[in-house]
Amino acid sequence: MNTLLWLPLLPLLGSLVPLLTARYHRNVCTLFTAILPFIALLLVAQMTPDVLNGENHYAAAQWIPLLNLNIAFRLDGLSLLFSILILGIGLLVILYARYYLSPNDSIGKFYSFLMLFMFSMLGVALSDNLLQMWMFWELTSISSFLLISFWGHKSEARKGARMALTITGAGGLCLLAGIIILGNVVDSYSLQVILESGEIIRAHSAYPVILVLFLLGAFTKSAQFPFHFWLPHAMAAPTPVSAYLHSATMVKAGIFLMARMHPVLADTELWFLIVSLTGLTTLLLGAYIALFKHDLKGLLAYSTISHLGLITLLLGLDTRLSTVAALFHIINHATFKASLFMAAGIIDHETGSRDMRQLNGLWKYMPHTATLAMVAASSMAGVPLLNGFLSKEMFFTETLHQAALGSLSWMIPVLATVGAVFAVAYSMRFIHDVFFNGEPINLPKTPHEAPRYMRVPVEILVALCLLVGIFPGFIIGDLLYAASLAAINGPVPEYSLSIWHGFNYPLLMSFVATAGGLVIYYFRQHLFAFQANFSEPDAKLIFDKIVKNIIKRSTTLFNLLENGSLQRYNYLLISLAAIMMAAPLMDLSTTLGVRPELPYNIVDVTAAVLLVIGALTTAICHRRRMLALISLSIVGFVVSLAFARFSAPDLALTQLSVEVVTAVLLMLSLFFLPQRAQKQSNPRRLIRDLGISAVVGGLIGTICYALLTRPLSSISDFFIANSKTGGGGTNVVNVILVDFRGFDTLGEITVLGIAALGIYKLIARMKLFMPSSDYKGRPWSNDGHPMMLAVLSQSLLPIALLVSAYIFFRGHNMPGGGFIAGLITSVAIIQQYIAHGVDWMKHRVKVDYQILIGSGIAIAALTGVGSWAFDKPFLTSWFDYFYWPVVGKFELASAMIFDLGVYLTVIGATMLILANLGKLTTSERPIQKEEV
Amino acid sequence: MEGIYAFCVGMLTACGIFLTLRGRTFSVVLGLTMLSYAVNLFLFASGRLAINSAVILGESEIYADPLPQALVLTAIVIGFAMTAFVVILAMRARADLGNDHVDGKDPDEVAASMTLNKKGEIN
Repeated sequence: MNTLLWLPLLPLLGSLVPLLTARYHRNVCTLFTAILPFIALLLVAQMTPDVLNGENHYAAAQWIPLLNLNIAFRLDGLSLLFSILILGIGLLVILYARYYLSPNDSIGKFYSFLMLFMFSMLGVALSDNLLQMWMFWELTSISSFLLISFWGHKSEARKGARMALTITGAGGLCLLAGIIILGNVVDSYSLQVILESGEIIRAHSAYPVILVLFLLGAFTKSAQFPFHFWLPHAMAAPTPVSAYLHSATMVKAGIFLMARMHPVLADTELWFLIVSLTGLTTLLLGAYIALFKHDLKGLLAYSTISHLGLITLLLGLDTRLSTVAALFHIINHATFKASLFMAAGIIDHETGSRDMRQLNGLWKYMPHTATLAMVAASSMAGVPLLNGFLSKEMFFTETLHQAALGSLSWMIPVLATVGAVFAVAYSMRFIHDVFFNGEPINLPKTPHEAPRYMRVPVEILVALCLLVGIFPGFIIGDLLYAASLAAINGPVPEYSLSIWHGFNYPLLMSFVATAGGLVIYYFRQHLFAFQANFSEPDAKLIFDKIVKNIIKRSTTLFNLLENGSLQRYNYLLISLAAIMMAAPLMDLSTTLGVRPELPYNIVDVTAAVLLVIGALTTAICHRRRMLALISLSIVGFVVSLAFARFSAPDLALTQLSVEVVTAVLLMLSLFFLPQRAQKQSNPRRLIRDLGISAVVGGLIGTICYALLTRPLSSISDFFIANSKTGGGGTNVVNVILVDFRGFDTLGEITVLGIAALGIYKLIARMKLFMPSSDYKGRPWSNDGHPMMLAVLSQSLLPIALLVSAYIFFRGHNMPGGGFIAGLITSVAIIQQYIAHGVDWMKHRVKVDYQILIGSGIAIAALTGVGSWAFDKPFLTSWFDYFYWPVVGKFELASAMIFDLGVYLTVIGATMLILANLGKLTTSERPIQKEEV
Repeated sequence: MEGIYAFCVGMLTACGIFLTLRGRTFSVVLGLTMLSYAVNLFLFASGRLAINSAVILGESEIYADPLPQALVLTAIVIGFAMTAFVVILAMRARADLGNDHVDGKDPDEVAASMTLNKKGEIN
């Protein structure tokens, strides 16, 4: 198996590990959980040299080849970068969470969700098939939902989780729509194809739609304005989750998507405009609000939003190196922000508070953590010698070179500097407010340093911040180049990763930002007072209001369409069907086709007249139910005659016997239902129904006529040619049923059996009103089982059974077969029930009809399975001819056993329905007799 | 002949639909049965009409189309099961709800209890 396939598979298997090891000590559980992602990371490391040398890895397995869908993974520079982030930070978070979660939390469950997320996120990064990527994309939303709501007893956790799922899920649906349109344009979902067809896509008329749908998906996931509000509420999650999902990886999925699709969708005015303006707005908004957040995690959340905006802005700029800068900042942001979240978690864990109005002067209590947090926060602010500084310089350089807004382009570097000013200010606040600025106020716990190993992940990340900041080219240069190569999908322009570029505008901007940030922080009290004038809009309330509104509207619409009246639904449905049928008929120039019509004689006309009279009588006199039932039977009778006339003897036999059974069934039901309906429909409704019935009847008749008069090309020649040689029977209809399409028949008898069992359950314990007289008040006849009928039917039984056996056996070669024979047998038995009553039969027929159904289906299925014993596919038939003295030559075929199964099922189903229904009439009979 | 056949199919469809639009369960059952006749005949017609040419090999020169016949044969049997199911459902509804209206509410009783019924949706 290709090593690449193991990459997502390992975390998937890994999601089971913590569940299995949760019962042991925490350390054991943590260790075992970490093993599989660690192996995955080693695999990545093993493949890294190839990718850095420009050789991408591919792995594919067939999924639905007919639809051209494969399970496909690719490892290029961009997915390599993300895989390292996902696995590396994931491992650190696993270690961190070991100490963060309290003994009351179920660590196994937490790790399992975390690994599920790791699996989905790796899937997003590695997928080569866009539909498959979308599936993983939605899986990240779901696992994020599970993780945010990990502390499900807290209302804010539940609400935050729901909000995050709604927003990212809705965005995911937009993305799916975009992917499907894109797939239609290029006729493939494979990234390999799509990445090469950028020009076709951009020139296509659907491009704006595709772009907007993709961007909706990306913006919701990456918390871009105006969808940013879910991210702060997702901070109700345990801090390891915030560090992992909501700063380092999942929120970067949107950015990943933009980078991935950059060669295809970017380089147009529309892209620059939407992406850069959204990014700029998000950058400024996030940076500004972050300053005013008193909650440590709130500050970090808005800072994350702001940095995501920065990366988005970079991707939206049309300059040479903007993509490289964006990728570089993805790495840097992941390292310093994850470490900051972890530090915030430590502070929360050791002091019991995240409120910066309470947290002051922690330097004295936790110098180690404080140092780490200060380095990371400085990197966030963009202080030299740290990685945040480098990418911020690159960002400033790119803003100076762009021309996205024409003559207004100068605004972007200015606004970028403003954003940076606030970034410095809130970073300063994080450092100064928490670690200095007096003494702690009313903390729930006395602060102290965190456990040794809880700080290890932070130390590693901070060390990376420093190393990248000082030796950028050495540490990260190759990886960044490979990622840029993949994201640009073409030659990567020259760039230099050194820390000193001389005195230039970007350095000036950095200086202005730092100075401005310090000034703003110094005068923060005035700003806070000013900000206090505005009541902060609570996203949760607004969101709830919108959701409630949507529910209200859809309920109104729903009630409008669904008022609980079946007649209305039927009417709407039929009208719609009529419109759909009528529209294509308009295009048909003539109804009459070229096929010559058959001649007709007086018998045909008589039968047709009989049928029309029967149908009309049923419709008109439907309230006189007995009459309607009789005329309906006339119609059924003529239908079976029609089958006989038009060369379908099997159908005629089936229809005739079903007719008998149906009539008995309806008569029985009539006993329990009112025999007469009293009320007339109102005239308006009557006219409406008559109208629609006539229209649909006319349409169907027209279609039928057009169909009948046109020549036919059918696949049936195959059946006729192979029936005797392949199936061993001359009755082609029967051979189709039990052989060619045997699998269908197996399904159908199963349905029949299920329907009968369903009916059996419905009949059970049904309490029905038993009328003691008919609607005119005449009492029922006391002579329930007339002697004549009893004698006659009893003597007919052997003959009827003989006939059904004959019909069964000849079925393969002459009209007949399991269905018909089963129905005839049923009719014969029903007649005994009618003539003698259920009580009489109970002692004589001791067959359990349910078992009959089961054995019938079993026989049919086993016949199919039997062919496996001969290494043939399911339901392969076998037949041969034998010779016995006296009997002569005869044929044996496996299809006949199959037909036996059909036969038994049909009897079982029919009798289960009718015998049980009949039982209802007798169980209360004695009581009635007493009354009479 | 084809004209007569098509007319009959149309007629059965029209009567069937009219009956399924009624408000009482038994009428709807009748309508469904009628509609299934129409549907079976229609499906059968897709193999075109032929006289004296049953698909028994060796019995005639030309053969009718066996495929629609096989499909319709099972459709008839399944149709019976479906009719039976609907009938029992109707009986059960009457047993549990006390009336035989398709919506489970007898309009007479509804009208008696609320006296307002502007839309005339129930009969």
